[in-house]
Amino acid sequence: MTTVSRDLRGLVLDGVALDTPLRVQAVDALALEERAARLVSRSVKKASKVAGLELSVRCVDLTTLEGMDTPGKVRAMCARALRPDPEDPSLHPVAAVCVYGSLVAEARHALGDGPVKVASVAGAFPSGQSHLHERLEEIRRAVEDGAHEVDIVINRGALLSGRLDVVHDEIAAATAAVGDAHLKTILETGELGSYEMIRLASMIAMAAGSDVIKTSTGKLPVSATPPTALCMAEAIRDFGEQTGRVVGLKLAGGVRTAKQALGYLALVAETLGTDWLTPDRFRFGASTLLNDLVLQLRFQRTGRYPRPGDLPVD
Amino acid sequence: MTDRLEVRKTYKLFIGGAFPRSESGRTFPVTAPDGTLLAHVARASRKDVRDAVRAARGAQESWAGRTPYNRGQILYRIAEVLEGRASQLTAELEAVGVPAADARADVAAAIDGAVYWAGFADKLDMLVGGVNPVSGSFLNLSNAVPMGVCALACPDDGGVRGVLGSVCPAIMAGNSVVAVAGGPAALVTSTLGEVVATSDVPAGVVNLLTGDHAQLLPWLADHDDVDQIDLSGAPEALVGDLRARTAENLKRASLTRGAEDLRTALAFCEIRTVWHPARI
Repeated sequence: MTTVSRDLRGLVLDGVALDTPLRVQAVDALALEERAARLVSRSVKKASKVAGLELSVRCVDLTTLEGMDTPGKVRAMCARALRPDPEDPSLHPVAAVCVYGSLVAEARHALGDGPVKVASVAGAFPSGQSHLHERLEEIRRAVEDGAHEVDIVINRGALLSGRLDVVHDEIAAATAAVGDAHLKTILETGELGSYEMIRLASMIAMAAGSDVIKTSTGKLPVSATPPTALCMAEAIRDFGEQTGRVVGLKLAGGVRTAKQALGYLALVAETLGTDWLTPDRFRFGASTLLNDLVLQLRFQRTGRYPRPGDLPVD
Repeated sequence: MTDRLEVRKTYKLFIGGAFPRSESGRTFPVTAPDGTLLAHVARASRKDVRDAVRAARGAQESWAGRTPYNRGQILYRIAEVLEGRASQLTAELEAVGVPAADARADVAAAIDGAVYWAGFADKLDMLVGGVNPVSGSFLNLSNAVPMGVCALACPDDGGVRGVLGSVCPAIMAGNSVVAVAGGPAALVTSTLGEVVATSDVPAGVVNLLTGDHAQLLPWLADHDDVDQIDLSGAPEALVGDLRARTAENLKRASLTRGAEDLRTALAFCEIRTVWHPARI
């Protein structure tokens, strides 16, 4: 389905999902890191800060992906998702909750058809190392159970050994398997080794039909960082310019503070435009971030420093 | 080597075991009585308060989890290190106009106070807690538990004892503290950070901010993550407003004035009573 060729200007991907061949160019790591560092350190104050914090809350995928997850924990998390700050009913719910496949039905039951979507990881998360038919079956099952969104991992083994067509075709098969649900494809940037590889993986994932590309599983010590976020945002922008398709971005893992979140909003706004500052196109996959956002909003609202211990752990 | 350049000390804050300048970059001058500039001391800001409370909160649980005996040992260590720093602290007090005899007496009283509270640590539970006689088949126990994070307003003219007089009993009971002192006491407050840092006190248990009471205390009184504020050294004009703020979030407001007695110890802890069914 995908052909890969190389010419003087870079790597050319030509898949059936594409109307035009897609070019993957080299990435200037130094410039990327400089620019990312500058964008995320922008100072956001007063009304803009409050707006940014509220937007961040609306963009959160409240996540629990632990071996010790229970239906009770998922129900509690869904309650928080619907009302992030018990003291402030006006605060908008988060975008989605993200759980393992076995808990999708529980989450869906708790959330009903309300504003909060249910996302499920599937496809042998987090390693992606199982047979394709099993991974696809897992995806179909999650959708049957009521998941609106499915987060899959790419086949890093195939990518790193140069079998780009395998990576592409597996994602394409997942795209078919999710049907009307949204497909978020996790690149696991911490395992890819270079920005070129991240850009290449982004392009393949988008070419294969992903609705959203996502940085990481959150299971590695290195997850979303400003340079990887910028690298992927630039890939989304370039992909959009070449094909006219809109792809979302999800940053997962390592985003713990409101300050980081505001920095990433600035990065996305500067790279992709403010059109991307909506929950449809941009997400934070996080568990602890929501608490810090709520605490910062409480401080902005009351002018008094809140007590972190007042909010639930995790 | 008479033309050697003197290396002047930068008087900084003490937050989380480190010596940062103020986040705001601001300083205030401390002068001798004749107006000579002695130092520009870091002037803590609202965000330094925030950072100090965060550090104190992070350190409090494990500090309270240490045995009272161990806390006593560490308080005694503070006294030991203070003894070695006595001449420096005395000189810093004399520089801001404290008469030599008073300066020496202040430092000596501070050292003796540290020893007093060192000895108090493992006796607190015996003095305020114990087994209560109850009519029923229950084992009823009371013991002292720390308040948590304590903000301490230390007097600007209180010298070394003004600071340690509330820091020592507070940490004795298992609290972590954010102490604020300014004015003439700023030099010794900053130096006390060096004493605490070398006395086996875990980072974050004691945080010392030099600055303006009127600017910093309202933030501490309003802070929901501060469990108590001791107003011993707060300027009289601020006390009413600060008490109103502490009422807002049910924070304990105490006035120990550095007294070395059981009442001061009780001011920094609360009594927890548990009922155990007597059947085993």
